[in-house]
Amino acid sequence: MSKLIEFTLTEALEGLEKGEFTARELTQTHLDAIGAAAPLNAFITDTSERALSMADASDERRKKGEAGLIEGAPIAVKDLFCTVGARTAAASNILGEFDPPYESTITANLWKEGGVMIGKVNMDEFAMGSSNEHSRYGPVVSPWRRDGKNDKLVPGGSSGGSAAAVSADLCLGAPGTDTGGSIRQPAAFTGIVGVKPTYGLCSRFGVVAFASSLDHPGPLAKTVEDSAILLRSMAGHDKNDSTSLDVEIPDYAAAVGRSVKGLKVGVPAEYQVDGMPDEIRDLWNQGVEWLKEAGAECVDVSLPHTKYALPAYYIVAPAEASSNLARYDGMRYGARVEKDGLVPTYEATRGEGFGAEVQRRVLIGTYVLSAGYYDAYYLKAQKVRQRILQDFRDTFENVDVLLTPATPSAAFGFGERDADPIQMYLNDIFTVTANLAGVPAISVPAGLDNQGLPLGLQLIAPALGEETMFAAAGALEKAANFSAKPKRWWESA
Amino acid sequence: MSVTKDEVRHIAHLARLRVSEDRLDTLASELNGILDWIEQLDEVDVEGVEAMTTAVESSLPMREDKVTAAGDRDAVLKNAPKSEEGFFVVPKAVE
Repeated sequence: MSKLIEFTLTEALEGLEKGEFTARELTQTHLDAIGAAAPLNAFITDTSERALSMADASDERRKKGEAGLIEGAPIAVKDLFCTVGARTAAASNILGEFDPPYESTITANLWKEGGVMIGKVNMDEFAMGSSNEHSRYGPVVSPWRRDGKNDKLVPGGSSGGSAAAVSADLCLGAPGTDTGGSIRQPAAFTGIVGVKPTYGLCSRFGVVAFASSLDHPGPLAKTVEDSAILLRSMAGHDKNDSTSLDVEIPDYAAAVGRSVKGLKVGVPAEYQVDGMPDEIRDLWNQGVEWLKEAGAECVDVSLPHTKYALPAYYIVAPAEASSNLARYDGMRYGARVEKDGLVPTYEATRGEGFGAEVQRRVLIGTYVLSAGYYDAYYLKAQKVRQRILQDFRDTFENVDVLLTPATPSAAFGFGERDADPIQMYLNDIFTVTANLAGVPAISVPAGLDNQGLPLGLQLIAPALGEETMFAAAGALEKAANFSAKPKRWWESA
Repeated sequence: MSVTKDEVRHIAHLARLRVSEDRLDTLASELNGILDWIEQLDEVDVEGVEAMTTAVESSLPMREDKVTAAGDRDAVLKNAPKSEEGFFVVPKAVE
């Protein structure tokens, strides 16, 4: 396989700028790598012709001195982002062959900055899942395997296709979405960087909605610097999203490499959970040491409502999902299952179009929002959510950033967590708090477990504290010096 | 609170989901498992706490009251499961 795919985004942009290769060559090399990676089942919609014409247009722009921030970089797009002329189905049967008449703001921004759409990637249906086992296209297989083993592992979810694509060097970055951990958890499982920015920093326009108050688009990338460049390319005010923040977007990459001397890092006691493997605890302690050696001051802090985040999430997210997914009725778009009469047609369309996990969440959401239960569930959860936000606000009075593990375990095998939905939900125990509070967080690959699988550490910053977050993440990345790569077994599979 | 099989059937109807009879028991037990787990929220004192409505303080913006995107009819209709003469074709909705 060509060296070209091993480049990080930053390295590839340098090579393009120096004229060492063209966007077309870079794109073709990635398309070849994707062609050889079918066993991963990461790419589900072929847009190779468009990729090559976008690459040619990119080469033209660069010649004219009009290069954007990510000019010529192959980008893989999660099936949740509407892309004109390329099927957008949220990995659900109910959307059929939906061809959006409009483009999501996030992808439009990426193309405006010179990104090349290399293909659309797999995910958990409607972004509901932590393993990418729930998809109309079938599961994504992680590029990673345990040392000396051939068992298939999950890449995490819901942005599992995006994580697999970045980790296997099939693209230079990928926009994902994170509602409870769907960017950071798969990033941690596959040894890459995942960023969930402040709520409202990245527009939700044209992103198939799951839980609107929790949905956060953000980048998955090979390095912290790459993720900073991608976030800057994606973020910005959008009048088409009423929750979009009207703030200046700084040069986040400039914050990577900034000194963390004197930075105050909080280590929250509540993230020490029962049954957490020793390796994760050790890595977390190691992270504290690394940041101290880089000049930061680490202090113990407490966020007492942390343990209530996940149960509150499993009221708010399904409630919003049941409302958002009410639009899929098979009338104006999507796959209709025709029956005798209107209601039977609705019920058959939705009964056949939605997968098991989506149906479970729609039922929970419908139940908690139904007459007589709203106060006991949804309203209560929104009040608990306020408590969780207040925990963060109080803590950030005294510290600049929090350091936690990204996930409670390394990647697991197919079917291992499927029997009990709650076991699957617990994957998001460390990530979901930041979604409820809307604060930015990043997952940074920091080590391997004793079976050779990646583990990540998470940094959480106050709202709009992305630059501090990137500075701390840069220091962590430098100290961890994570350089492991999956063995390219799929090329001979 | 415990959800019965009949309630699951009712919720499924409210959600316009066709669920076969033989799945109702499993779904009831899954929903009860999740609802039991959620019950730990009762431990939290939320007396006097306002429900959270926004993550970052911001006011809802106003826009000019004018048509900005009058969709292209053909582009919209091309995704329709059924259409005729520029209209969506749907099952009879009024008896």
